[in-house]
Amino acid sequence: MPRTPIEPRFKIEYLSILDSEGNLDTALEPDIPPGDLKRLYRAMVLGRRLDERMVRLQRQGRIGTFAPIKGQEAAQIGSVFALRRTDWMVPSFRETAAMLWRGWPIEKLLCLFAGRLEGGQPAPDQHDLPITIPVATQLPHAVGLAYAAQYRGDDVVVMAYCGDGATSEGDFHEALNFAGVWHVPVVFVVQNNQWAISIPLKKQTHSATLAQKALGYGFPGIQVDGNDLLAVYAASREAVARARHGEGPTLIECVTYRLGVHTTADDPTRYRSDEEVKAWERKDPLPRARAYLEKKNLLDDGLEEQVDAEIARAVERFETMADADPLTIFDHVFAERPAHLEAQRAELRERLGADPPRRVDEERPLPTPMRGQRKTSRWAN
Amino acid sequence: MGKLNMVKALNLALLQEMERDDGVVIIGEDVGVDGGVFRVTEDLHRQFGGTRVIDSPLAEAAIIGTAVGMALYGLKPICEIQFSGFAFQCFHQIENHAARYRARSQGRFHCQMVLRMPYGGGVRALEHHTESEEQFYAHIPGLKMVIPSGPRTARALLASAIRDPDPVIFFESKALYHAAKEEVPDEIETMPIGRARIDREGRDLTLIAYGAMLRVAREAAGVLQEEDGVEVEVIDLLTVSPLDRETLSASVQKTGRAVVVHEASRSFGPGAEIAASIMEGAFLSLEAPVRRVTAYDVPFVGFAREWVHIPDAARVVSAARDTLAY
Repeated sequence: MPRTPIEPRFKIEYLSILDSEGNLDTALEPDIPPGDLKRLYRAMVLGRRLDERMVRLQRQGRIGTFAPIKGQEAAQIGSVFALRRTDWMVPSFRETAAMLWRGWPIEKLLCLFAGRLEGGQPAPDQHDLPITIPVATQLPHAVGLAYAAQYRGDDVVVMAYCGDGATSEGDFHEALNFAGVWHVPVVFVVQNNQWAISIPLKKQTHSATLAQKALGYGFPGIQVDGNDLLAVYAASREAVARARHGEGPTLIECVTYRLGVHTTADDPTRYRSDEEVKAWERKDPLPRARAYLEKKNLLDDGLEEQVDAEIARAVERFETMADADPLTIFDHVFAERPAHLEAQRAELRERLGADPPRRVDEERPLPTPMRGQRKTSRWAN
Repeated sequence: MGKLNMVKALNLALLQEMERDDGVVIIGEDVGVDGGVFRVTEDLHRQFGGTRVIDSPLAEAAIIGTAVGMALYGLKPICEIQFSGFAFQCFHQIENHAARYRARSQGRFHCQMVLRMPYGGGVRALEHHTESEEQFYAHIPGLKMVIPSGPRTARALLASAIRDPDPVIFFESKALYHAAKEEVPDEIETMPIGRARIDREGRDLTLIAYGAMLRVAREAAGVLQEEDGVEVEVIDLLTVSPLDRETLSASVQKTGRAVVVHEASRSFGPGAEIAASIMEGAFLSLEAPVRRVTAYDVPFVGFAREWVHIPDAARVVSAARDTLAY
């Protein structure tokens, strides 16, 4: 018997609407109202400026380690813009810009990165999960949320984020497989920023694209220019609409680049070249979006200053936030505190009574310089 | 009132909790059409349909991971992991997420979910089908660890676990599934999680056991009564964590002697925590060191040699006699 090709043969599309040279494909250009375009660009600027500010705060020891987003603003804002407030957003740990869009206050995120758990508490009406650090483990949660929404008959779409490294994890496979089998309203946004700390994409996978992985699970995947706000939004809008209309999951691979460090404890000069970074700086999503708005006469004067002032006010609120009572560490372990935790809480209360704790802002020690920190000054902004 | 084995008793709890709360869903491998490999979910798929009794793909991490997502949305998933030996493939979802979501979100979210797992030996099964690994879960803050000892406690504790707002690891002894029948009331019955039960009163020595080891402890208590005239108090722990330290201390304050029996291996096992809590709560009453009768610290022995590995009444009697003679 001959070998017979099995249909369907798969194809993967790459979507680019506004390229780094400023060329615009007007046939594909999404129709975004001017007010929204201004909000989107402002959100990208806020993401970038806050990122830079946070790196300085970390260097000064005012917050701890975090994962900067520089270079990934379009991938995040273009995708999250497709959601409604009532939809759910499931971040990994490098989605600061998207989280701000979803309504996380800046000072809350700063609080989280300053090691205080209250920063991870979403508001009661917020349909957002807090950040998840173990790579890809949040993806099954997104699928479960989508299943539950479908079970309840709610008009809800779930958008889940992960990076290129996450696609190697078992949880990525399991989540996408369940999503395909259950046909749930979920959109997976893979921010392929080319590097998982020091591991380049070619060592992460032998697959030509990450988008094509979706096909193995029976749903569509698309690759987009992740530094192109319009392309990311167009693909996300389509995926969210599919999900909302009962057409199941979609994977969107946003081809982008982490212009900065993996985290503030990382030194990328050890593993990648200046030339590579410079080449990607020419594809920076911000100037591209800026030029687009400029042509439409939608750029507001003094936007950067306004955004910086907003950040400065938030940093001030963060720095003057009352320090939580250390006894709150026992508050959210169980719905009701069992006897052994009551006893441990009493032990701590007694200890604190005898020896009152220092406030966080007192004698704040500077962190030990991390390996290569001096070298990373070039990446710090 | 009917006489039910543990499988039927668990099935009754699932049925009644699903009837009273449409947020309760079941997810696992073969739990639907097949009714579970041990038949604990038998007939539920027919009654409640495939969207509530979910035959999942074969993937432990996503069973627990998607259940976490369902719980975050407000459903009350009951997950079946086919054998507790396979749960290490989802251990990260349990430890990293189910146990922590309440703390991570500072109370905004919590995971009301039950993780049912058959555990333990005595059923002539292969590797990963016979182990007793409750200590891993008991050690994790944010989890409750429950192990019933018979049909009636299984049914009542499972109902309580399903209603508990926190994640509960629910171990079911395979050796007990069909071992004995007990009277189980028709109407819904619950039992408080975190509370041990005095199974037999006595004043000379406290025997602490749970799950399949309860019957071993009972047998040993009978032998000691008959042959030595010793009155043994048997505590059926029922919840490994949070541990009912009060009941343990009160008993040992009375008896002055304690022996802990479990199927888990010894070092860093539940017996160590139980012994420490007795030290803290009944030190001045102790007449002898607390002894542990447990499986040995070896990874796996094969069912042909389980008889030397898993505690039996003779080992318990011998440890009790040593303790009494100390």
